[in-house]
Amino acid sequence: MRIEAHTLARMLSRRRGMELGFKALAVTTLAIALGSLALLLLDAIADGAGRLSWQFLTSFPSRKPEEAGILSALVGTVCLILLTAVFAFPIGVGAAIYLEEYAGKSWFSRVVEVNISNLAGVPSIIYGLLGLELFVRAMGFDRSLLSGALTMALLVLPIIIISSREALRTVPRSIREASFALGADRWQTIWHQVLPLALPGILTGSILAFSRAIGEAAPLITIGALTYVAFLPDGLFAPFTALPIQIFNWVSRPQAGFHANAAAAILVLLAVLLLMNALAVFLRQRYQKRLNL
Amino acid sequence: MDETTALEVHDLNAWYGHTQALRNMSLSMMERRITAVIGPSGCGKSTFIRCLNRINDLMPGFRVAGRVLFKGQDLYAPGVDPIEIRLRIGMVFQKPNPFPKPIYDNVAFGPRLCGIKERARLDALVEESLKKAALWDEVKDKLHHSALALSGGQQQRLCIARALAVEPEVLLLDEPCSALDPIATGRIEELLLDLKKNYTMVIVTHNMQQAARVSDTTAFFMLGQLVEFGPTSQIFTNPRDKVTEDYITGRFG
Amino acid sequence: MTATTLHHLTRGRYRERAAHVLLFFCGTLSILTTLGIVAVLLFETLAFFREVPLFDFLTDTQWTPLFADKHFGILPLVAGTVLTAGIAVCVATPVGLVSALYLSEYATERVRRLVKPVLEVLAGVPTVVYGYFALLFVTPLLQTVIPSLSGFNALSPGIVIGMMIIPMVSSLSEDAMYAVPQSLREGAYALGSSKLQVAVKVVVPAAFSGIAASLLLGVSRAIGETMILAIAAGQQPRLTLNPTVPIETMTAYIVQVSLGDTPTGTIEYRTIFAVGMMLFLGTLALNLVSQWIKQRFREQVG
Repeated sequence: MRIEAHTLARMLSRRRGMELGFKALAVTTLAIALGSLALLLLDAIADGAGRLSWQFLTSFPSRKPEEAGILSALVGTVCLILLTAVFAFPIGVGAAIYLEEYAGKSWFSRVVEVNISNLAGVPSIIYGLLGLELFVRAMGFDRSLLSGALTMALLVLPIIIISSREALRTVPRSIREASFALGADRWQTIWHQVLPLALPGILTGSILAFSRAIGEAAPLITIGALTYVAFLPDGLFAPFTALPIQIFNWVSRPQAGFHANAAAAILVLLAVLLLMNALAVFLRQRYQKRLNL
Repeated sequence: MDETTALEVHDLNAWYGHTQALRNMSLSMMERRITAVIGPSGCGKSTFIRCLNRINDLMPGFRVAGRVLFKGQDLYAPGVDPIEIRLRIGMVFQKPNPFPKPIYDNVAFGPRLCGIKERARLDALVEESLKKAALWDEVKDKLHHSALALSGGQQQRLCIARALAVEPEVLLLDEPCSALDPIATGRIEELLLDLKKNYTMVIVTHNMQQAARVSDTTAFFMLGQLVEFGPTSQIFTNPRDKVTEDYITGRFG
Repeated sequence: MTATTLHHLTRGRYRERAAHVLLFFCGTLSILTTLGIVAVLLFETLAFFREVPLFDFLTDTQWTPLFADKHFGILPLVAGTVLTAGIAVCVATPVGLVSALYLSEYATERVRRLVKPVLEVLAGVPTVVYGYFALLFVTPLLQTVIPSLSGFNALSPGIVIGMMIIPMVSSLSEDAMYAVPQSLREGAYALGSSKLQVAVKVVVPAAFSGIAASLLLGVSRAIGETMILAIAAGQQPRLTLNPTVPIETMTAYIVQVSLGDTPTGTIEYRTIFAVGMMLFLGTLALNLVSQWIKQRFREQVG
């Protein structure tokens, strides 16, 4: 372009300035985002680290903040997530297998796909409403561990299906074709060839799904999980509480002592999540080599 | 015949990471002439032409040694801004790459980058460039339609118009017709011969007949090296190098 | 064919059939879930509207179903939801887009591999933890700058929800930008663009639909957020756009009622389903529009 030399020079230096400016903006923005995360963690640690103790982990909630603990909540969370997994894992993986290996590209498969991605975007509290009417009232399970687990299973099902499908997709077609060529039927191929190879990916995805479920409180509150539970659940139909609900309960109280408890419970919850995510990452990396192509 | 050198390449070497792509290339391209670069796949034609406007700088791990002189100034000298080079040496790519914007905005993109904002001036530039690219009559009533609605040949002419709107002195064309049908190819070849009056052009092509049809000088590359370079008529009728002759006569490639 | 082989094959056929049927049911469960949600919400909402006129529900400016003087206007709850979601989007959009641009066009592979997972952590923090942060850290902090800020307000949870959806906006926008073909960038560079100009004038417009879809999904997520608001926003439904006073959102209302002793079958009980229905329809609409936009984007870029 015929631009005079000094106009060109000015234009180029202005552009160079804007490049630097943007890079500075981006770094600052990322620093703010990540810094806020760090602030959050530091805040929780500052407020709650002092309360962490064996006593805290093994006591029931109490009206006195210093004597309160998370035993019922912790046990409730563990029981809940195990029960949820019992329901959600087989059904979720089964659905993924069906959609990936049997249904193919039919219109039915498309409808189910769209449906699943919509379900993944439904607010968790709506699942709570569903659980309330269906499990608590209609099926009469009342506000129990069973109702909670069934509700949470419905919540995480879409995520398990989506991630399991992805894991199944990473298994190369050639493996299935080789199995068919040897006379195996579809189920044998899946059970003996495809699933073993896809399993690490499926497990990773499921663990991540459950780790999200552990942090959920809204649907459980809606189905009636109690916020003050000073006993351990003694069966499927027992009332229960969970860590996030206990945290919610304590945060909602005005006394600072309970706030400290909430912070300590948060640290426990984050620790549990960290463990689960680390497990998932470990699994993914350990079995990455298996599908060496 | 008035012949000044537009681009001169001296001992150009280039590497992608550890792989050497160009070895000790030296040649000159004359002003207002078309220089064709031919050779079998992988001989470094595209790499070479992309060195001339430093668009290879975008590739991580790309290294260059040697000099590329444009009107006497080394493009690879430290402190030279590639943007400035690209305003004077334009490029048209193998697969037409119009922006998913209206035709008008495609052509006006370059001038707007240079700070030209007045509507009247932009309108004039757009019209002039589209006329130079022999596309104006076909699109003058649909300047605000998407460029993606055009045919392949039209899109490539649009890319040429877009490149011309920046008023470069040199136009680099990297296999501009390989994605087009013969009729569209013919139209573009006509266009290039017409543009020769005002622009220096370097065209990479894998189609020898095309090189013979449009270019004044031809360079034959093989395995990253310049094998032979000379007037097109001489290269195609009386090549000095046996390898050139084998390629021209189709014994390989 | 021997007898054992035939027997084996027949068993296999039954097993294959059984597997197919079982898996089919697993596959249809998701459809049943959706039908279940719609049925439950519809059932109770229709019962609700037999007692409360739809017009009142949509236009009354007060929401007091739990008080003696009952009003059933959903506008205050909607206002609370929209206000907090709006604040969240105002926080997440610039941060998310700048991050996405930087990670897609500027950052080296090493930086991306480091920063992206850490950003994802923001999405993985349980919402009760964010609620704690909003109530006990952010609100007091903001109160030093805005003395009139009430202890429960919309600003603090709004900002924190924004933090939470940053990875959603950033990651989806970045995917959209990454998908823009390199040939378009080269075309722009060849015309003398700087990197920023290529990013802003070519990549972002080309990725626009994908970016818009990501923003809509972010809004949808913000609207569906419950615990952060239940903890930090308050329980005073108020038809206002003032972020410094307590408000109540649709989701927090459902929590409020669930925590209480509302007997089933009463009008108060039905309100949570009517509110739930609004919430469901709102997020569904946003998700569908977002998917539609992404579909069109895929067709455009090819």
